[in-house]
Amino acid sequence: MTHHEYDVVIVGAGGAGMRAALESSERSRTAVLTKLYPTRSHTGAAQGGMAAALANVEDDSAEWHVFDTIKGGDYLVDQDAAEILCREAIDAVLDLEKMGLPFNRTPEGKVDQRRFGGHTRNHGEAAVRRACYSADRTGHMILQTLYQQCIKQGVEFFNEFYVLDVILDKDPQATPAGEEVSVTGVVALELATGEIHTFAAKSVVFATGGAGKVFKTTSNAHTLTGDGMAIALGAGLPLEDMEFFQFHPTGLAGLGILLSEAARGEGGILRNSEGERFMERYAPTIKDLAPRDMVARAMANEVREGRGAGPHKDYVLLDLTHLEPAHIDEKLPDITEFARTYLGVEPYTEPVPVYPTAHYAMGGIPTNVTGQVLRSNSEPVTGLYAAGECACVSVHGANRLGTNSLLDINVFGRRAGIAAAEHAATVASVPVMADDAASGVETLVATLRGSVGAGTERVADLRKALQETMDRNVQVFRDADSLEEARGVIADVKARYANVGIHDRGTRYNTDLLEAIELKFLIDLSEVVIAGALAREESRGGHYREDFPKRDDEKFLHHTMAYGTADGVRLDTKPVVITTYQPMERKY
Amino acid sequence: MTATAESSAPAGEIPAITVTLRILRTIPEGTEEHGPGESYWQEFTIEAHATDRVLDALHKIKWEQDGSLAFRRSCAHGVCGSDAMRINARNRLACKTLLKDLNPAKPIIVEPLKGLPVEKDLIVDMEPFFASYREIMPFLMPTGAVPERERLQSPADRQKFDDTTKCILCAACTTSCPVFWTDGQYFGPQAIVGAHRFIFDSRDEGQWERLEVLNDKAGVWKCRTAFNCTEACPRGIEVTKAISEVKKALTTGEF
Repeated sequence: MTHHEYDVVIVGAGGAGMRAALESSERSRTAVLTKLYPTRSHTGAAQGGMAAALANVEDDSAEWHVFDTIKGGDYLVDQDAAEILCREAIDAVLDLEKMGLPFNRTPEGKVDQRRFGGHTRNHGEAAVRRACYSADRTGHMILQTLYQQCIKQGVEFFNEFYVLDVILDKDPQATPAGEEVSVTGVVALELATGEIHTFAAKSVVFATGGAGKVFKTTSNAHTLTGDGMAIALGAGLPLEDMEFFQFHPTGLAGLGILLSEAARGEGGILRNSEGERFMERYAPTIKDLAPRDMVARAMANEVREGRGAGPHKDYVLLDLTHLEPAHIDEKLPDITEFARTYLGVEPYTEPVPVYPTAHYAMGGIPTNVTGQVLRSNSEPVTGLYAAGECACVSVHGANRLGTNSLLDINVFGRRAGIAAAEHAATVASVPVMADDAASGVETLVATLRGSVGAGTERVADLRKALQETMDRNVQVFRDADSLEEARGVIADVKARYANVGIHDRGTRYNTDLLEAIELKFLIDLSEVVIAGALAREESRGGHYREDFPKRDDEKFLHHTMAYGTADGVRLDTKPVVITTYQPMERKY
Repeated sequence: MTATAESSAPAGEIPAITVTLRILRTIPEGTEEHGPGESYWQEFTIEAHATDRVLDALHKIKWEQDGSLAFRRSCAHGVCGSDAMRINARNRLACKTLLKDLNPAKPIIVEPLKGLPVEKDLIVDMEPFFASYREIMPFLMPTGAVPERERLQSPADRQKFDDTTKCILCAACTTSCPVFWTDGQYFGPQAIVGAHRFIFDSRDEGQWERLEVLNDKAGVWKCRTAFNCTEACPRGIEVTKAISEVKKALTTGEF
């Protein structure tokens, strides 16, 4: 075992982690620990754009953006956080441009902007051009640009170091309110050697991304197993609003690969088997550019009512055939290539089969607006921060607007990086980690290694059972019965996990071991998603209960706070911060 | 509901096929039959669909037959650059190569990238590759006062380096280059692509510093225009063209 000491340790090297690293490494001795090489992070798969009211191509204002974000989030957004997000958006884009990000340009040479779902002029009048973009590879450009700046700044990376635990000085659940709980460091597994490392740090920033792999059909990478969220939960910290998961309307049917909303922003139209532009019925004003939760539900409903396309009538069609091929090539080159490569469909001339795909966790590790992780509704853990998809500030509420996540990672990644470094500057010495700090990880790894030849359950079988029940029962439409069924399956998977067996005896690059650990995280998070979804007997944003189809502000205008306990998930609530915009009915 | 994430295709029924993969394996700790670090071939036969990716086939092997098989992967749709490997003697991304495009009647030969040290099975040490990338100073080097708003750039100027911004650092190009395999010093095509992306960016003023690095003995003149890199690039970047534009910039000073 090797021990390291830093002022700041950042866990994760996607957009939020690297944006944080650029700030913190300027101010303090910083290490970035990442399960993947930084450029493999899933920020690079984001396509359509990054929202900011630059008003480069038409009238726009940050205030309109705030309103759209809150309404898009079905009023579960903390409005103070949304104001920060949208007001700091403009500098966030300009900062990236100055770092070298190759945005598409207007004829005058400014950053070009395009339409995206739920982003409107003057509180819903019509779609507005707010998304700053670089073809349909905006996330790729952000990831590359941030990595390039990290190289320039000499940021210290520990590549393929898989963080498995966060160490606090006290049990956050057993410690009374008012008493300080502080982070002391993290424990990581070095994939190349199998060695366990401890990193003591004055500040730790979690930026570990999403958890899409709790579902089978997902736009997320294989590696997006909610590690940071599950680690926080295991450390006795709450998770917020985990029942709110976004299903992106346009996943390639059968595969879940993302086709950007930019396809509709550029004029693409969703059609059912009858060729009908069905979104006209569901969102008469902005039609195909309604927020994702509404479009995904409309698509699933078309399929359910027998108007799905294809031999099994199980998908709808994204029609780009009326767009000029040159326009498609310029604005949507990657996603049209995905359709050609994976489905053999030519988008110039044929509509593309699409169906909702699990895309984004609105919930996550609760933080305040400086990125500090909360251990209760209001008390921060000293020195512990989170940003990006693994965190919940909450700017996305019950449903995130497209292009607000690339914004979120930049705004709150930056804030967390600054706050982490500034905190470190106030602490005299690196905290001492308890002697047995690594024991939890050592036990976990030793148990799984010991399962070679002994355990009888396969990781892949358990994961498949988990993902299939989540897809079948916890997707776009949910009800008490489906959620109870999923709960039963997950309980069974969890029981079987006790007898899981891996095959790889080796220490070096034991990806078999890695997948077994990831599965444990998926089980823990599925339980939280289901518990929150069962308790929330209303429909709001991405969470739709067929047995409770209406939003119920009287009973449920609050965040869900889930705690892991020996007896299972314990749920609590947290008030929504409402500053300016009173909840209204959500119509588009 | 939709079909599974790991097998695919909605249009009609895709018949199952039987495919054999012949994989070059290296287990650092060794096995009962093979010494530590010794490379050997192992064949696996699986049931798959013609529209499955090679990555799906590798997962099937790992998940159903041999959990010790090691390879990198993440996004599974060709944008993260994790799973570049040699498939039927060509560098490709396993997640962007469909079985139907490989003549599944014959064994599919899968090997790690050439020219980088093998760590385990299909995992190679990427550090020498990233070191070359860092060498060419892959970041914007502007001069003058920082403007308040964005730096202006015409769509035409933006277009000049569009192709090389697509690079995902998968190393398929560099490890397909015969000069890179044998030379031991050559940066390889990716580093030149990485430099091109900045040299031809109208906002950048670091051209001469980068060109100096590329003019070095390990640099651009080592290229023998074999075109392997262009064929290997999973993003369709015209790598050889980018290299020739850098060569031209070095001789004419025009970019």
